[in-house]
Amino acid sequence: MLVEALVLSAILFVIGTAGVLIRRNAIIMFLCIELMLNAVNLSFVALSRYLGIEGQLYVFFVMTVAAAEAAVGLAIIIAIFRHYETVNVDNFNLLKW
Amino acid sequence: MVDLLFYVFAAVVLGGGLGVVLARSPVGSLLFMLATLFAMAGIFVLFEAHFLAAIQVMVYAGAIMVLFLFVIMLLNLGHDFRKDFTYGAGMIAAFAVAGLLAGLLARQLRGTGDHPLYAFFPGPEGMDALLAERGAVGAIAHPLFTDYVVAFELTGILLLMALVGAIAIAKQRV
Repeated sequence: MLVEALVLSAILFVIGTAGVLIRRNAIIMFLCIELMLNAVNLSFVALSRYLGIEGQLYVFFVMTVAAAEAAVGLAIIIAIFRHYETVNVDNFNLLKW
Repeated sequence: MVDLLFYVFAAVVLGGGLGVVLARSPVGSLLFMLATLFAMAGIFVLFEAHFLAAIQVMVYAGAIMVLFLFVIMLLNLGHDFRKDFTYGAGMIAAFAVAGLLAGLLARQLRGTGDHPLYAFFPGPEGMDALLAERGAVGAIAHPLFTDYVVAFELTGILLLMALVGAIAIAKQRV
């Protein structure tokens, strides 16, 4: 079951990456990043079954940091929406070269 | 039985993941994400990570996703979702990058199941013994409050900073 879980985690990570690249809605891109974090969590948990409890600890920390990141990121999206009236990332090119 | 359950959960995870990327409305994406998170919690249970499965449902599905839902419903995004996707060359480039990443990951995954290094680790039997001795929560809590206590406290500070930062950024007038 370990290899199957790692394959599932890899596929999910690739789906998340494709989502970040394909979608233009900032909120959905955020969701896809959460998807990638979850894929990594899955491989941590699967490996912790064989390599010791530390993997589950890292998942715990990843979840905490993901919560903090979601709070700050969504606040930034709200601030951007207030300014531009949209969350489409094509409109935010101030820092793009 | 466990294998069958794993494949059912894996199918839901993959379907939900594809749904997140392909669903047209943001609320639809979010509901697909919820399905993914619940199925992922099921897989965590199959790997004997019961505490993580519980906080996956409570914190991730219950708190973070509801935060996303609040924001989606707070912002009036309209009903024209065609601009939400990249088309043409951008789409091809995205699939190329994703395919490249998939190839790299597949290359890394070859020979993972029977690596000789596994002999140096406790293995499923050792983990079962640990879980039986300390319980599902105690097994995580003991190292969390001994070896990793500094990281744990730093996480608390990080959460406080994120809280203050989120309020400061989202405030109407700065």
